[in-house]
Parts: sequence; structure tokens; C-alpha cells
Amino acid sequence: MKNKLTLIILFVFLSFCFITFYKGLNNSNTYIPKINNEKNIPVFKAKDFNTNTYIDSKKIFEKKSYYIVNIWASWCVPCRKEHSLLMELSKNQSVTLIGLNYRDNLSNAKKFIYELGNPFAQILIDKEGILAVEFGAYGVPETFLIDKNKKIIKKFVGPINKEILDEINIIVK
Amino acid sequence: MLANQIGYYSLILGLLSSLLLCAISIKDFNKNSKRVNQNIFTLSFLQLTFVVVSFLSLILSFINSDFSNETVFNNSHTTKPLFYKISGTWGNHEGSLLLWLLVLTLFIFLFLIKSREQPKKYRILTLLFQQIIIIGFFLFVLMTSNPFNYLFPTPNEGLGLNPILQDPVLAIHPPILYLGYVGSSIIFSASLAAVTQNYISKEWGQHIKKWVLVSWIFLTIGIMLGSIWAYYELGWGGFWFWDPVENVSLMPWLTLTALLHCILVLERRTDLTSWVVILSITTFTLSMCGTFLVRSGILNSVHTFANDPTRGIFILIFLFILIFLSLGIFFLFHKENNKDSNNFFWLSKETSILINNWFMMYFLAVVLIGTVYPIFIDVMSVEKISVGPPFYHKLIAPFLAPFLLFMAFGSKLKWIKSKIEEKKLLITFFLISVTLTFVILKNITTDLLFYTVLISAAFFLFFTTLKELLIKKFNNIFQTIAHFGFSLFILAVLFNNILSSEIITNIKVGEKYNYNKSEIFFKKIEEKQESNFNSIVGYFKITDENGKVTWLKPELRFYNQPVVITSEADIKTTFLDDKFLVMNLVKGDEYFNIRYQIKPFMIWIWISILLISLGGSLSLFNKKYEK
Repeated sequence: MKNKLTLIILFVFLSFCFITFYKGLNNSNTYIPKINNEKNIPVFKAKDFNTNTYIDSKKIFEKKSYYIVNIWASWCVPCRKEHSLLMELSKNQSVTLIGLNYRDNLSNAKKFIYELGNPFAQILIDKEGILAVEFGAYGVPETFLIDKNKKIIKKFVGPINKEILDEINIIVK
Repeated sequence: MLANQIGYYSLILGLLSSLLLCAISIKDFNKNSKRVNQNIFTLSFLQLTFVVVSFLSLILSFINSDFSNETVFNNSHTTKPLFYKISGTWGNHEGSLLLWLLVLTLFIFLFLIKSREQPKKYRILTLLFQQIIIIGFFLFVLMTSNPFNYLFPTPNEGLGLNPILQDPVLAIHPPILYLGYVGSSIIFSASLAAVTQNYISKEWGQHIKKWVLVSWIFLTIGIMLGSIWAYYELGWGGFWFWDPVENVSLMPWLTLTALLHCILVLERRTDLTSWVVILSITTFTLSMCGTFLVRSGILNSVHTFANDPTRGIFILIFLFILIFLSLGIFFLFHKENNKDSNNFFWLSKETSILINNWFMMYFLAVVLIGTVYPIFIDVMSVEKISVGPPFYHKLIAPFLAPFLLFMAFGSKLKWIKSKIEEKKLLITFFLISVTLTFVILKNITTDLLFYTVLISAAFFLFFTTLKELLIKKFNNIFQTIAHFGFSLFILAVLFNNILSSEIITNIKVGEKYNYNKSEIFFKKIEEKQESNFNSIVGYFKITDENGKVTWLKPELRFYNQPVVITSEADIKTTFLDDKFLVMNLVKGDEYFNIRYQIKPFMIWIWISILLISLGGSLSLFNKKYEK
């Protein structure tokens, strides 16, 4: 009798531990601050990926449409995985994709684009990783959604997935 | 490329041999023959070979910098020295799991050939339980963390190994720690098998003692290596930070230590059986729990590699299956022989071992709560808390003094029934310890009472064990060495704690900094180039109050792949103290931030831990049965 009781108590307690750990796992512990006041895009000058000339940020974001800024690098494995989704997104006419090539070797980056396709209307070089910081990025890959008023309205840390893609498509519609 | 394929397929073959082993063992279990089927040995050896091949091919991919392998791509770089290419094999999530598997299969094979005089059914059951664990790990590796994932197109260059892991001590720390962790899996399987066969007895105790000792020694040394690394590489100037991942290795150590002492009772008389079984189960469960906490990313720490929840869920489910399975077996099969259980004379070695167990359980509870409670809080509420060193110090320190006293008394007691001998001598020792402590501490600490109690208890243990060592009572020499080491350890830690001093200042080249008659002079900096990093070396001349000069050359390393700056402390070690200097860049300034520490008796901490494990190792080779 006493044994049975111990067994039941143990069982209940361990199940409780299991559930807590299980929930703890799904709680992401990477801390993503919410963007409360929508942030203006930074003003900057950057080198273009293909022409190697400096371009003004005003010129890059001159169209009155939604923009996506995607920070990527050829050495970044998750970037490889999200690339097909970016290709899919580039078919959507109401959004313009801008790539930010983060701390990369130019020839590796060119090979990457050559192999996997180019979803970007324009690619900027961020050799030192300064531009990424100005956007408020934590690492690669990271994706920013910019609305028609040139404000950053959404930020996605890590590779984008199908759900995020759908979410973006709904917003820019 | 080829190595990749070979590695992957031999993993699958390893899993298949596991399944085959289970089938043959079940068939063999019901046969009447006295001997274990020869095929089981062959298959177990074959399984080990498959895992070895797989492991070697991963090493080969690392040596060749084959970046079509995702693991190699993520953790290696062509400019890395060969040594770190090889050690990088187990410096990451996938490779370290492969190492787990390697040790698991190695140990069960060794168990099979080393246990010939044991009952057949018990051996086969141990093999079966071990195979359950092995299958679990095979599935885990193949399904969620395959080390042989293929990358296409092949990248030109890898991402590099985290520079703080590029360290000789850290290259051997994981394998040794794993030998300890995984060694406990044999104890787990064997005790479950013994429970089902109702074989928990004196004979079993003598047989399993070797395995307990082996895992205990490796775990002790593994933990020590980890903390040596943290001491000089992380540059925080301490050796134990109560970081969750450190705690996770300490918890199985506590239960394993308690188990080791219980086995000493069990090998003489069939007693404390429930303790032995429960401790065997918890030791392995805690090792697994450690793997879960470290590998799942539920904790944030220097060691957490993976942040992939599917991995965590897999280990979690597997862990709880093992827990429920083992508890079920324990409650179903375990029969406590009520005749003489725990019916000890109050003054005997058995009683003192029981007291030791309760102390260990208390320490375990403190560490466990400190480690797991923040996770619970995080899940149940929105709050985030972190538990730091003060929590552990406040809860553990007061119990340390009685614990040390019991250690001094208990080990002197005889089995079954005893009386205290040499009363006068013990009292003399006690008085000497208290006076000595008081004299030493009078002028150097404000927290006099607290430290006097603790340090005199440690000195008391020190003197009693030292006396035994000098008088050469050989019958208990291993235990005496280990206990002597422990007293030395506590003394070193406490004095280190009280006497450490630290200076933090900003200084530029050519400047001098004066404090209490001592002087730090920053002479110059030099630049150095290595294949995998560039570095700045600072030359510091330190003159202490007696005019003695020490040169310290801390280093700032700029690793190129991945781009990380690490600061390497320079440490000058003597038997009396460590002089520790670390420098950091102050951003946009010609000044360097330096931290200079004097840490007394640091080396004695390492020496004492080595003594503790030496005690264990010697008793492993002791053929003569300890009376």
C-alpha cells in the first residue's frame, strides 16, 4: 500500500516535470524585442553588389511600395535554406526585395547567387557588418519588412519559413 | 565524400546490429545452457567496430576539411591547426553524440568480456537494457543530429571552430567526462538487471564496484579539466561559477560518490540495497538529464550548441521513458530483505555511510533546485530569475562543517560495531585545529566565526587523515588518500576565497599603476601572427611589496574564422599562489583594461582533486580485498 502510494506520487511528480520541460522547450529562449514604435529606415550609403559603386539609401527605397530587406551571407547555412522562399517571394510584384550581403567574401557570395538564383532587385555589400547593426539586426539571416511610409514594421530573426512568407504576402497585398 | 557515406552507413549497420543483438539475447535468455551464446560477443564487437568506423570517418572528414559535410562546414576551417581539426570532431553537437555512442558500445563490450563469472541471465539482461539505451541514441543521432549531412553545393570554406574551444584541455575534457557519464549507463543497466534477477547481493556489489570506480574517476577528472579550462580561458578568475552546465556534471558526481560508499557496505553484507539501486538509477538519469539540458538549448550557457527543439523533445521523451521503465522495474521486482536492513549499530561505519548519503542528497537537492527551478519559474510565470553563486554558498557552506567532521570520525569507525578509539588524540587534534584556524584568521577576515568553524573542521579532517597516512595503516590507504585530498581541497578553496585580491584598472603603454607598495608597469605591446589568429601580447612588470619582480604577458587573440576576439590570461603559478593577469581592449582608446588577481593556493585545488581521484584509482587496482 505504502509502495503504491509512493509510486503514484512519483509518477504524478515526474509527469509534471515532463510537461514543464516540454513547455520550456517550446518557449523560445532567444529574446526578440517587440518593435513598439515603428522605426524609420536608416539613411546610409552602400556599395552595390554588381556595379561596385556607392548608392544612396534614398535612391534604393524611392519606389512607393513595400520593401523587404534580407540580411544574408554565403557562409550562413540557414540562408541557404530560406533562399527558395525568397525566390518565391520575389515573384510578388507589390514587394521589392533588397539583399544585404553581410560580412562576406564577394566571390563566394557571387557563386551563391549564381547557384541558387537572385531574388533581389538590388544587393548591397555590408563588408564590416555596420549596416546590419543600423537596421537593428542580431545576426544572419534576418528579414525586415518596410511599408510604404518607409518604416520598418516587422522584423524576423532567423530564417523565414512558409508561415512568415504567408504573413508577408497578406500584409503587402 | 566517401568517408561521409561510409560513416553514415556504418551508423545504420550499428543500429541494425543493435536490433539483432536484442533478438538473439531474448532467444538465448530462455535457453538452458550455462554459457552466453558466442554470437552475442561477435555481434557486440561488430557493433563497436561499426561505431568506431563511423567515428573515424567523421574525424577523416574533419582532417580533410571536407565541407560537403555539414558538421565539418559548421565547425571547421582550413587554416585551423590539425590538432583542433581532430578535436573539433567532438566539439560540436553531432560529433559529441557520436562519441556518446562510441563509449556506450565500447563499455557494453568490455562489460561482456569482463563479467564471465557472473550468472548468464543477469549478463544478458544487462546487455538488453544497455541496448535499449544504445538504440535510443542511434535513433537520436540518425533522426535529429546526423553528423553526415550532405551539403550541396559544397562551400569553399568552413565557419570555423569557436575559438574559446580551441584549447588543449578542452580537447580531452569531453571524452573523459563522457567516459564518466556513459560509464554510469553500465551501472544503470546492471543494477536493473540485478533487480529483476533478485541478484543485488554481496557478490554483485564486489563485481559492480569496479565499474562504479571507473566512472567515478573519469567523472572527477573530467569535471576538473572543465574547471581548469574555465579558470584560464574564460578569464573570470574563478574555477567554478555554478553555471547550470557545471552543475549538471556535479549532480551525477554527488550521487555516484554516494553510490561508491554504499557499494562499500554492499560488498561486505547484503544491505542498503534500495540505496544502491536508486542511486544507480539516479546517477544515469542525471547524466542523461545533463545531456538534455545542455543539448536542447533550454538553458543558455557557454556549452549550449543546439537550439533545435526537436532534438530536445527527443531526448526528453527518451529520458522519461528510461525513468519510468527503471522505476517500474524497481517497484515491481525489488524486494528489500527486511531481516537486517538498516538495522545498524549507531556507532559503526555503516551508520556513518548512511549519514554521508544524506549529506550527499542534501547537496544534490540544493544543486538540482538551483539549476532546474529557473526553468520551472520561466514556464509557469512570466518572470525570469537567475540563481547565482550566493544561493549555493549560503545553502552548502553551513552543512560543510558537520560533513567534514563526520568524514573524519566516520572513516575511523569499524564495520558493524565500534567504539571511538584514541579519544585523547582526536580531542588534541580538534583543539589544535581550532586554535590554528583562529590564529591564522584573526587578522585577515571579518567573518571570523563562520570561517573559523569551516576551516577548523577542514583542518581536523586534514590532521586525522594525515596521521593515518604517516602511520601507514595500509588497510584503508585509498580511502585515506581520497579523504585527505578532500580536506586539502576544502582548505585550498576556503583560503583561496578569503585571501584572493583583485585590481581592475585602465592603463596604457608606458604607464605605471601603484597600490599598497606594489606596482604594475605596462612596458610594451608586441604583435604576433599565427595561422588561425593574430594577437597582441602585452608585457607587464609587476613588483610586489617585497620587491620581487614578475613578468606577465597576457594576450589578445583576433581569430579570423569565425571573427572573434578572445583574451588569454597569463598565469604564473607557484605553490603559494597564482598571479593572474588578463587584458581587454577599451573601445576607441589607447587604454587597455587590465584585471590583476592574486589567487592563493590555486594549484592545491587541482592537486587535491588529483589526490581524490588517485585514491579511487589505487583502490581499483587493489587486488587484495579490503578488510
